[in-house]
Amino acid sequence: MLGKHNAAGARKTMNQDKPSARLRTMYGQRSEKNPVVKLGPDIKAKIGMQLRLMYGEVVDQGVPDRFVDMLKRLDDPNCEGK
Amino acid sequence: MGLRKNVREAMLEAVPSLRAFAISLCGNVDRADDLVQEALLRAWANMGSFQPGTNMSAWLFTILRNLFRSEYRKRRREVEDVDGSYAESLTSLPEQNSRLEIVEFRNALKLLPSEQRESLILVGASGFSYEEAAQICGCAVGTIKSRVNRARSRLAEILAIDSASDFGPDRETRAVANSDVVRTNRS
Repeated sequence: MLGKHNAAGARKTMNQDKPSARLRTMYGQRSEKNPVVKLGPDIKAKIGMQLRLMYGEVVDQGVPDRFVDMLKRLDDPNCEGK
Repeated sequence: MGLRKNVREAMLEAVPSLRAFAISLCGNVDRADDLVQEALLRAWANMGSFQPGTNMSAWLFTILRNLFRSEYRKRRREVEDVDGSYAESLTSLPEQNSRLEIVEFRNALKLLPSEQRESLILVGASGFSYEEAAQICGCAVGTIKSRVNRARSRLAEILAIDSASDFGPDRETRAVANSDVVRTNRS
């Protein structure tokens, strides 16, 4: 019983010394001092999926003709650069 | 001649992803395409500065980003249209719901500081490692990690995908479990 009290006391002191450790234990909770919220893996996954959807929307368009033409012209020995 | 051919092919291959990145930077398809074209021409003219064996895609992204920073930002006149020319140019997605979701997501992304936005896109969508993204943005790896975390937090906030229905029950379960432990210890 005494041991338990000591352990609890030590933990309390440690947390007071390190506010960042205290914030980390508040998993998932918002804090004014710490604007970066620790997000769960499900939320990260959802954001990742949305990002790739959005990005993929453009990537799926492939290479527009203007770039195909432009890159062809680059290989033309009569036409350096532009 | 071999190098020129390789560079040309690598450029062609990188165009779709470069466009997606450029659109996320300047928010307008026409200007993004101009930016990509300029970046490719600059890369071609500076082919000698590419170190064989390193990631050519990252090299092209670096050139595009620097170009945007140095020239396009100076020219920026107005706040980009949120759902103007870009949204109109992409209306062919079969599912209207996912289309709306993407528009909403894109708009939320625009509310982020540009450094956070580009970091998140390079890592989360372009598929670069934190190290490569740091190289492209010319900053420390830790800075990229911090920007990506902040970007995710802010997006979750804007899109309210940290609503109670998403992970609230889990948190409540933990809280109940913890309070039970406390009661048990005290009794």
